[in-house]
Amino acid sequence: MNDPDHPVNLSRRHVLKTGAAAALGIPFLNSVNFSHAAGDESRSNTFTPGQAKAVIEIWMWGGPSHLDTFDPKPGAGPDYCGPYNEVVKTVADGMVINSKLPLMAKQADKFSLIRSMTHGVNAHETASYLMQTGRSPGDGQVYPCIGSVVSKFKGYDAGYKGLLPPYIVLTQPHGRFSEEGFLGPKYKPFATGGDPSRNPFTVQGVIAQGITDARQQSRRDLLHSLDTLGKANTNTRDFKKLDECEEKAYSMILGDARKVFDLSSEPAALRDKYGRNSFGQSCLMARKLVENGVKYITLNYKGWDTHKMHFNLMNQKLPQMDQAIATLFEDLAGRGLLDSTIVWCSGEFGRTPKVLWNEPWKGGRGHFGACFSSLVGGGGFVGGHVVGASDEKGMEVADRPVYPQDFLGSIYEKLGINPEGTLPNGRGEHVPITIPTQGKGRLKEIM
Amino acid sequence: MIISDSLGFCRQSTGLPVVTVILTLALGSLGAETIEKKTEKNDGQAKAVVAKPQVPPAAPLVVPYESDQAPVPATRIDQLVQSVLKKQGITPARTCSDEVFIRRVFLDVIGTLPKQREVVYFINSNDPGKRAKLIDVLMARDEFTDYWTLKWCDLLRVKSEFPVNLWPNGVQAYHRWIRDAVKENRPYDVFARQLLTSSGSNFREPAVNFYRAVQGTDPEAIGEMVALTFMGVRTEHWSENTRKEFGTFFSRVAYKKTVEWKEEIVYLDPEANTPLNAVFPDRKKITIPAGDDPRVAFADWLITPENPWFTQSISNRVWYWLMGRGIIHEPDDVRPNNPVSNPGLLTYLQGELVKSNYDLKHLFRLILNSQTYQQSCIPRSKHPYAAAYFGHYHMRRLDAEVLVDALNGFGNTTEKYWSPIPEPFTFIPEDKRTITLSDGSITSQFLEMFGRPSRDKGYESERETNPTEFQRLYMLNSTEIHARIYKSPVLKQILAQTRNDKPATVRMVYLSILSRRPTPQEAAVALKYFNGPGKKSGSTGAVYDLAWALLNTKEFLYKH
Repeated sequence: MNDPDHPVNLSRRHVLKTGAAAALGIPFLNSVNFSHAAGDESRSNTFTPGQAKAVIEIWMWGGPSHLDTFDPKPGAGPDYCGPYNEVVKTVADGMVINSKLPLMAKQADKFSLIRSMTHGVNAHETASYLMQTGRSPGDGQVYPCIGSVVSKFKGYDAGYKGLLPPYIVLTQPHGRFSEEGFLGPKYKPFATGGDPSRNPFTVQGVIAQGITDARQQSRRDLLHSLDTLGKANTNTRDFKKLDECEEKAYSMILGDARKVFDLSSEPAALRDKYGRNSFGQSCLMARKLVENGVKYITLNYKGWDTHKMHFNLMNQKLPQMDQAIATLFEDLAGRGLLDSTIVWCSGEFGRTPKVLWNEPWKGGRGHFGACFSSLVGGGGFVGGHVVGASDEKGMEVADRPVYPQDFLGSIYEKLGINPEGTLPNGRGEHVPITIPTQGKGRLKEIM
Repeated sequence: MIISDSLGFCRQSTGLPVVTVILTLALGSLGAETIEKKTEKNDGQAKAVVAKPQVPPAAPLVVPYESDQAPVPATRIDQLVQSVLKKQGITPARTCSDEVFIRRVFLDVIGTLPKQREVVYFINSNDPGKRAKLIDVLMARDEFTDYWTLKWCDLLRVKSEFPVNLWPNGVQAYHRWIRDAVKENRPYDVFARQLLTSSGSNFREPAVNFYRAVQGTDPEAIGEMVALTFMGVRTEHWSENTRKEFGTFFSRVAYKKTVEWKEEIVYLDPEANTPLNAVFPDRKKITIPAGDDPRVAFADWLITPENPWFTQSISNRVWYWLMGRGIIHEPDDVRPNNPVSNPGLLTYLQGELVKSNYDLKHLFRLILNSQTYQQSCIPRSKHPYAAAYFGHYHMRRLDAEVLVDALNGFGNTTEKYWSPIPEPFTFIPEDKRTITLSDGSITSQFLEMFGRPSRDKGYESERETNPTEFQRLYMLNSTEIHARIYKSPVLKQILAQTRNDKPATVRMVYLSILSRRPTPQEAAVALKYFNGPGKKSGSTGAVYDLAWALLNTKEFLYKH
């Protein structure tokens, strides 16, 4: 698809490399001019072959507190940090994180933190949409989330022929504000359902309990011999499509795909290390999916909307998160997969730095979109760095604001998807993949 | 109660509701035993079917989809359709069988599968007017209101969050208002006028939510929505100037918040107190006096009977809804270079709409009672445009909501519908059917997987009916499908009643899933499967497999 000798590609790469456009503060305008000059929409979407081949997204639905995870503020006092007044030094120079995350601290050379994420929106759905699409809602079209965009450029459209769908959500779907939007159902994620910590992991539609292969096969034959309408009306496009879908479905039900979902083949010690809980085993599952060619995996990690009894909940969740994410980085690196796999981890926003001690919250934190933290590592992102900073109480961005489109654009770039390329919006128009930023743009510091 | 509603509000009342009572009562009183006997008797008939030369004997009758019965008397619709078919050299499809008809008309008119006893009663009836009577029965049922409210809510963008932000209070008010209009069969011109000209709080004047359910408040965005909804026109095909001019009619819509959360008042901007020059889409100019609501001027222009845009758009939509394909297709993309496949037909429907005082049920009845609607889905012509000229019934997959209701009806399962946004969460009582859901943003993996429309823009094409591999995986092998089969009270009852009579088991399973009896070949295949290797003859597991297979046939998944 990508023609490295094409002059347009060369010139765009040149611009990006020199950072000339970004330095001028008009990266978007410049690139648009380039693609228009080229007069060839299809070429404008991929550029330098990216280092990254796959993405694991850990989506902390509900919005985790930045102060209690990656941006601790022990100096701000108990009104801000509650009982969490201890930090742990990481293996990365100068980076400290909440002391409840000691295992992640040991892997900190493999990821970087962005402590100056901002979009200012405090409503779950709009904030999620912003973080997933890099756009504000309301301009009359619904944009695809990053997973669908990656699925488009790295999945079937790019000749993907894997055993499994190119875009998978473990385990529950995300919700409408972070799906395929105008790209259409082809780019929807496959949500597995089930629970990878159970045996077997009953993947929706792929693995059903108590039905043998022989029975699957004999039922399939029965279905075909009773397909009277299909046989009476053979010449319809819909029916042909349906038959193709059935082929694909059966290749997952009866083929090798389900072996991928079988975690019992993994060493027990490794499974223990990830944590024998849904999130831990989902992380292990995600690694297996990457190994098997899946392009984009979202772990929908719920339970971060902690308005009440915040610290009790964090005491339960942080050790689980620490164990699983640390092991994921270690495991990916150990298998040589980290160089080609981006792992990112974020909620839609952070939580109010000031603790709400009063009834009815009893030590809760509200929604906070002004300043929060995200994590990114692998796939060519440099580890061990901190990008940007919040002020001493985590209330505002103190340095280097990073907007959702900057963050997503950086991931696209590492995948070899041109963030300034375009998407067909289903009305015959091509819209830019990312919009211009108010900030300093993509994360050059760690790229 | 249903019947008195239909009596009270059907302007074209034909005295049929009396028959309705009898038919409904009769359907209700039929027991399983009667089903058995009648079915058996009828099986004999089915085998003896011989194609009569009612239609040219080019091909043998396709059992069980085609009928050798004389088609219903040709209506004006049929004359108009057939004259075009003849001119194009397209042989029309045969009339569909009674089995096909009852399933089709239930799904098309009330979004619900017929019950076994309703099917048996209908196919055994010798009443030559039974199809017409059934149509009237269905149009008076509560599910008619539910189903068509759902359809209107798609077009009118009824959803509580993102990207239109009506929020639950607004959604409920809007939904209830639409439902009332459908239930009383409010004349369509009145319905449109109310939506276009209402002012007030979105909680107290529900129709104003029409203006709130637009992404954006600028006049052009509103104009885009109005043109799409009531004229079937996508303004993106208009020149920028025309779009601007059109927006003038909505340039004085103002919005203000109140202290109540998410309450908003839509009103006529009192500051804008100068006369307003505007241009209608037909290029006619108007000066609207100061203080007058330009929306009223637009509505007056829109709903005059002489204005073809309004009647054309809705007549074409109704045709599309029932026939699966518009006379102008897509039905909301009317423009000079999108051809009308049968102009005479569309003009006729428009005329009928005006003559009946904008009675949409009248159009429904005309279409449903035509031969054209009652054709089988098996084409008898290889003409590439046979479907576009309505040479056969256009198959399409069941709507997501209808499909999940059908599966739940079979499995005695319910859906847990809820919405996490806004807090506090909204939960829908589990005994409610999916076609009654008001809010397009209620969480449901199933509905999303099977293409529920997003209600973002109100395009008909937002309802997605293309098959995907995920849908197939779900139907073939998901825990939910298996659970529905294992727990199905319908299957349990069949098994209990027909324990030693395997042909009866097969027949009942067919009736309960495909709304028809099996053909002799199908019965033989099923019985052979019951006795297949490794199976106890007709074991429960084998019956489950049969049910599974039928739920996965194209015939179950499609309206045909």
